[in-house]
Amino acid sequence: MRSDKLIDLFWQRFRQNSLAVAGGIIVLALFVIAIFAPVISPYDPHEIDRKHILEPPGLSHPFGTDDLGRDILSRMIWGGRISLAVGFVAVGISTMIGIILGALAGYYGGWAERIIMRFIDIMLSIPTFFLILAVIAFIGSSIWNIMVVIGLTSWMGVARLVRAEFLSLKEREYVLAARAMGAGDLRIIFRHIMINSMAPVLVSAVLGIAGAVLVEGALSFLGIGVQPPTPSWGNILTLGKDNIEIAWWLSVFPGLAILITVLGYNLLGEGIRDSIDPRLWETERK
Amino acid sequence: MPVYLIKRIFEMIPTLFGITLITFFIIHLAPGKPSDIFSELNPKITPEAREKLEKYYGLDKPIMVQYGLWLKKVVRLDFGESFSSDRRPVMQKIWDRKKPLLERRLFVTFMINIISVVIILLIAIPIGISSAVRRNSLFDKITTTTVFVGFAMPSFWLALLLMMFFGVYLHWLPISQLKSMNFDSLSFSGKILDVARHLVLPLFVSAFGGIAGDSRFMRSSMLEVIRQDFVTVARAKGLPEHLVIYRHALRNALLPLVTLIGLSVPGLIGGSVIFENIFGIPGMGQLFYMAVMTRDYPLVMCILTIGSMLTLIGNLLADIGYMIADPRIRAR
Repeated sequence: MRSDKLIDLFWQRFRQNSLAVAGGIIVLALFVIAIFAPVISPYDPHEIDRKHILEPPGLSHPFGTDDLGRDILSRMIWGGRISLAVGFVAVGISTMIGIILGALAGYYGGWAERIIMRFIDIMLSIPTFFLILAVIAFIGSSIWNIMVVIGLTSWMGVARLVRAEFLSLKEREYVLAARAMGAGDLRIIFRHIMINSMAPVLVSAVLGIAGAVLVEGALSFLGIGVQPPTPSWGNILTLGKDNIEIAWWLSVFPGLAILITVLGYNLLGEGIRDSIDPRLWETERK
Repeated sequence: MPVYLIKRIFEMIPTLFGITLITFFIIHLAPGKPSDIFSELNPKITPEAREKLEKYYGLDKPIMVQYGLWLKKVVRLDFGESFSSDRRPVMQKIWDRKKPLLERRLFVTFMINIISVVIILLIAIPIGISSAVRRNSLFDKITTTTVFVGFAMPSFWLALLLMMFFGVYLHWLPISQLKSMNFDSLSFSGKILDVARHLVLPLFVSAFGGIAGDSRFMRSSMLEVIRQDFVTVARAKGLPEHLVIYRHALRNALLPLVTLIGLSVPGLIGGSVIFENIFGIPGMGQLFYMAVMTRDYPLVMCILTIGSMLTLIGNLLADIGYMIADPRIRAR
């Protein structure tokens, strides 16, 4: 079984790359925290406690409390769910669009390719953050809107990648062989080419999650993303800015959470890339 | 080369057309209407008055007609009147000829972005070179780690931390606006110093991500070049190492960076919304935020179009720079 061996080889390389493993552990921990949020958060994230307003970190509230006396640690644990959901759904959407358009352009070529490539050029020239900001401000900042809009504006990289993979793979002998045996376009696209171009797509998806987490954080920080009272790391930071002279803990901890999350996905993504790409393995280890 | 260049410039026209078409439709077809904002401000507004307003702004016409009318004006660089109560021409809002340069929003954003690109290059290139040349040294390990963390740093968080430390705690630097209250009474050099002090933190924030990204890029580009045969030849003929690096390798390693700078324009422009809002800087990003909040369609479209144009120009300049730097492409 050749594929089993490949996975073994990948895993062997991945394990030796301590940064990649660290990234994997961070991502895993984020999942565990998000899943068990109701169990591990010490307080109800919405519980208002007027007696303990803006309390600095201490034994009862390890990360302090906000201007309504809510426990910051609990709010951050629940906020982790938001950032995880936004990251995965947004990247899921952008990867799907990217794969479909990239495959169409790379496999069929011709006018389909010309139109799609022009569309990519156009999307890449629009300052996307401006567009995201405008659309979400107009249609309302529900978490679904945020995920969908980020997804719809960040597929261009994947599309280019998939097109390049298709261009190089569709001329390979094994594809010609499949065609000679009477395989249809759909079968060749999905069964033969797509499978073999998944590795770089996976890498770019993992790195894309990091980007989506940053965008959601920025939107929520600007007051256009996730709206209070729903906790998100970005909107806790907004409180931090409003209370910058009196409550440092509102600014420090949520930002650190975003930093660690993004770092985790970046390390994991680059780790996967290094483990997949044998050329990099020989020449350079980061 | 001129033929390629002319072709390249002409190709920008359909792209720009496509950009305006897509953004116009997205902005105008998003649910809700600008008149919702008017009724929010004035709940007593009658449906007739709303209709009148929509008619006044041409929002009652079919979208294709609206786009055609908009485009007809835009080719003459007239982006229409703002929907806000002052109804000033949109162009005047971003570039007011009657005001000093520092109060023209487009200039402020442009200046900050240009300065931060220069800072990025001045810092990222040397870092990238040294860590590539001294690969796996302590310096390389420290910079690689720093760069990785820097890459993951949310710019808005960095801004908050800097404000807290240098502004609130140390009281060294101002944390908002572009100039002090007593700006007009300052001497000329005092004015420059005042603006510079206000710019330190915003520039740091806007350059930070770029420094991380570009130095990493520079490092891998340099590593790629150092491996090539001509570098080995240069060494073999006895050239001193600094000549090998700075005369032979560097020129080739810089080439891909030129493209990267062009591609980083939309990111820089997008970032300006964030730091202009945090630091209260009166630039395009802050204006865009306000325009979006009040559904000021003409202003939103104007800033999106100008932002895209700057991106296209950035890419064009990168291509030209690439041609100047690389004789192989020039020859085509």
